[in-house]
Amino acid sequence: MTRLHVDWTACQGRGHCTELLPELLAPDEWGYPRSTDDTKEPAVPVALLPHARRAVRHCPRLALHLVGP
Amino acid sequence: MTAVLTAGRLLGAGHPDLRGHDTAHGPLPRLPHDVLIGVVRDAGLTGHGGAGFPTHVKLAAVRGHAGGRRPPVVVGNGAEGEPGSAKDRTLLARAPHLVLDGLQLAAAAVGAAKAHLYVRPASAGPLARAVRERRAAGRDPVPVVVHQAQEAFLSGEESAVVSVLSGGRAVPRDKLRRVTESGVGGAPTLVQNVETLAQLALVARHGADWFRRSRTFLATVTGPVGRPGVYEVPHGVALTALLAAAGGPVAAPRAVLVGGFHGAWVPAAAVDVPMSREGLAPYGASPGAGVVIPLAAGECGLARTARIVGYLAGAGAKQCGPCLNGLPRLAATMAALARMEGDPSLPAGVARLAALVRGRGACGHPDGTVRLIRSAMTVFADDVTAHLHGSCLDGARP
Repeated sequence: MTRLHVDWTACQGRGHCTELLPELLAPDEWGYPRSTDDTKEPAVPVALLPHARRAVRHCPRLALHLVGP
Repeated sequence: MTAVLTAGRLLGAGHPDLRGHDTAHGPLPRLPHDVLIGVVRDAGLTGHGGAGFPTHVKLAAVRGHAGGRRPPVVVGNGAEGEPGSAKDRTLLARAPHLVLDGLQLAAAAVGAAKAHLYVRPASAGPLARAVRERRAAGRDPVPVVVHQAQEAFLSGEESAVVSVLSGGRAVPRDKLRRVTESGVGGAPTLVQNVETLAQLALVARHGADWFRRSRTFLATVTGPVGRPGVYEVPHGVALTALLAAAGGPVAAPRAVLVGGFHGAWVPAAAVDVPMSREGLAPYGASPGAGVVIPLAAGECGLARTARIVGYLAGAGAKQCGPCLNGLPRLAATMAALARMEGDPSLPAGVARLAALVRGRGACGHPDGTVRLIRSAMTVFADDVTAHLHGSCLDGARP
């Protein structure tokens, strides 16, 4: 299963990913992405893969990554 | 701090010079890499830096990347940023050659061409002398460079060590690529705590069966005990026996902090617990780097925890948003609880913030801080209730 990985050393909470992928990521009270299922690296369902790829592409800090098969 | 030696081969047979070391320990066997990694696996050796990760898994992972463009690198980690710990510097002072033996074994096991030792400034000079002594004796096939570590809580975090040795800042890195695959200068890198390396030197000499029978570890007992210091004790020793070895608590403690500032409180009723991963698991604790700190008589556990969390909030690397924002908030909420502010929402606030920061950082700092806080909220649950009603079980005043 493909998962989302946040590079916390790069993320500055710009909020693009939480806008583009609200099914998996919601902003915390400081604007940093928090997985909606509260897992460290949330699994990306196949149906959401195109949206996840778009969120990864649009992160201005290049902090969002897809990992795994 | 005075080190008191007990039975065991780490400190008990330790000798600062090479001749004394050779007399005490005998020659270092040369084993094929796969044999050595198998012996380490059968011995059950795990890391002594805090995380307790199986050593053979790391060795095999780095070995698996040995065929690439950059030859692997090994790093002996003696940064020892944990304020309560003194066992690494004690080991380096008393038995440097056991650590250096282990470093060479690790280098041979993973096929490394270069070895580094990353230690506190006070350890660096004597260690560099030990390295020269071995070089003059033609002892070390893999060259060793000694580096001075920054004295900071997170300086020994694996990826922070790799960052410094790669010319960067002493802060943790993202773990998308593990250091076993891409570490110092992009080379596959093995980072092992210096005690783990010394243990490796014993495993190679005496074998897996001996190690399982005779295994010891180094613990630092600090705080209100008769003789604070570094102790070498059998694996799985009862926490009470370890405290007794250190002269015993000055007064019966209500709880004992095990595993350092990222550790957990073990309640007084459970101090017979064995100092092993399995024994401590029910309390959310682990031996970690072997730091043991009893609560003083009349000391409020919530106040003590709040002070530690305040320290941890300031000790972060200030680079990951949830930790950077969340730990100071956690510290402030714990401090309000410790001050007996009667706000009944404080415990729920602690729980919410703990869940918010956990798992959301490049390193284990938020998770370690949450572990300490959750254990305090459990072990000192009666104190929490009393504090919310404006009184303290230990007699502290608001």
